[in-house]
Amino acid sequence: MPMFSHEARLKRQALFDLLFRNLTRAAAFGVLALLAAIIVSLIVGSMPAIHAFGPGFLASSDWDPVNDKFGALIPIIGTLVTSGIALFIAIPVSFGIAIFLTELAPRILRRPLGVAIELLAGIPSIIYGMWGLFVFAPLFADHLEPWINKHLGSMPGIGQFFSGPPMGIGILTAGIILAIMVIPFIASVMRDVFDVVPTLLKESAYGLGATTWEVVWKVVLPYTRIGVAGGIMLGLGRSLGETMAVTFVIGNAHELSKSLLMPGNSISSALANEFTEAVGDLYTSALIELGLILFFITFIVLSLARFMLYKLGKREGLAS
Amino acid sequence: MLNLYTRRRIINAAGLSISVLAMLLGLFWLCWILITLLDHGLPALAPVVFEQVTPPPGSPGGLLNAIAGSLMMTLVGTLIGTPIGILAGTYLAEFGQRGWLAPVTRFINDVLLSAPSIVIGLFVYEVYVVKVKHFSGWAGAFALSILVIPIVIRTTENMLRLVPSTLREAAAALGAPQWKVITLVTLRAARAGIITGVLLAVARISGETAPLLFTALNNQFWSKNMDQPMANLPVVIFQFAMSPYEDWQRLAWAGALLITFSVLALNIMARVIFRQSATTH
Repeated sequence: MPMFSHEARLKRQALFDLLFRNLTRAAAFGVLALLAAIIVSLIVGSMPAIHAFGPGFLASSDWDPVNDKFGALIPIIGTLVTSGIALFIAIPVSFGIAIFLTELAPRILRRPLGVAIELLAGIPSIIYGMWGLFVFAPLFADHLEPWINKHLGSMPGIGQFFSGPPMGIGILTAGIILAIMVIPFIASVMRDVFDVVPTLLKESAYGLGATTWEVVWKVVLPYTRIGVAGGIMLGLGRSLGETMAVTFVIGNAHELSKSLLMPGNSISSALANEFTEAVGDLYTSALIELGLILFFITFIVLSLARFMLYKLGKREGLAS
Repeated sequence: MLNLYTRRRIINAAGLSISVLAMLLGLFWLCWILITLLDHGLPALAPVVFEQVTPPPGSPGGLLNAIAGSLMMTLVGTLIGTPIGILAGTYLAEFGQRGWLAPVTRFINDVLLSAPSIVIGLFVYEVYVVKVKHFSGWAGAFALSILVIPIVIRTTENMLRLVPSTLREAAAALGAPQWKVITLVTLRAARAGIITGVLLAVARISGETAPLLFTALNNQFWSKNMDQPMANLPVVIFQFAMSPYEDWQRLAWAGALLITFSVLALNIMARVIFRQSATTH
């Protein structure tokens, strides 16, 4: 019965199709399950700390493992301030690099220079940390910090943020190292985003007599505003969660100090330094709650970043 | 008072010079970091680094156990993460036109792509290390595989989308069932791009330190047992670089040089493979 066997073969293929489709679907579903599992496990792990400290955990600057008193304020501030410094430096530099790569560089140089910036992004963060500790921090302490102390430290108002002993390590150093790390991320997103501006639009502006700078400032940037913001948020997400580069140079001190030259702590560096040595359930649990807070903050920032980039992509008709 | 034309030209020149400076600054940092690595790392990179295990401070030793541990965990992490990533990426590109699952997964995956890796370490600690009650190489490999998955999903989806749909239609017109079209035609056509993605993922995880701190931890001795705490280059570098001992710091520089150049080599290899495939199409 040839007809019958043919039908059976078709049926078998249909079954394989069904199996294959559901296998891939299960893998895709696995990604969602993974996210859910991460969130649930972090919440479960931080339950003892949540019970013990409640919402006051966020506002307390205690960190006393001996008496089991913990608060997240110092690491949260450290994380936000170091990332803020990083963005403050990285945004203009990345913007300059992206403009150079899209508008100024000779065509032969574009690829190699773009690759060089991407390689900078590929260097593991622990290398940035080591370099920061052994090379940058001593130079910073000997040359830059005395200058900062002398000039910025004596200014009324902002002086208190820039005074302190020149130790080389501290919040400001961590912010600068983070900036070096996130520049390539932001610059390559900005470059990709600038590349979507229609040539016609730019050429029209040039045709009207605009200078290159005016084209960038008045045509390219307004056109890509959302995407640029998305790239910046992506860089922010990176720097908030960055661990090793910060741990080496931030000084790991649970102290709240006004000066950016003083050592501090960030969420990720507190975790990296203390987690394996934490004794007692409450200590561990407080650290896991720190991790939960970090995940929560970065999740929101990264979601916003993706949302903005999608929006630009949609306007372009690119499903990126 | 300058006239408008001169002022515009000055602003233009100033803006563009700053842009050139920014580019030079980026390159300057890349060169500075690489030169520092070569400067400190090369003198420390003796054959003994590959022949002996990590020493106690003050005695001679190498990084053999750390190199072996890193290779094993990276390999296992990649082997676990790659198939899941390719399958999920295939779903997004080939079956994801309808329904809610694909757009949501794509969004979550993009977020996971840059999620803090230390949190992944915490997660594996909570669900695995706490249950088996000890740190282990397996836990490290699991943490790394979670980092591999989003990268592979992203590149697989992007590469499958580049495959022209005429190719799929031609195969379907010959009567091939969909699973055959995808596995034997589309995935094969996108092979070079997918390999690129896997290489980039390997490059990413071979330098990751944070997720290994609470999972694989470290091991001073030679160990091939994945069920025990396992030495690995990043954590050894971290521990040795932060130590006050000079010979430990020298070994840390040697390890840093090894890691950076393997990561850079993987990155460049990925680009070369991708470019070659792009020119042959």
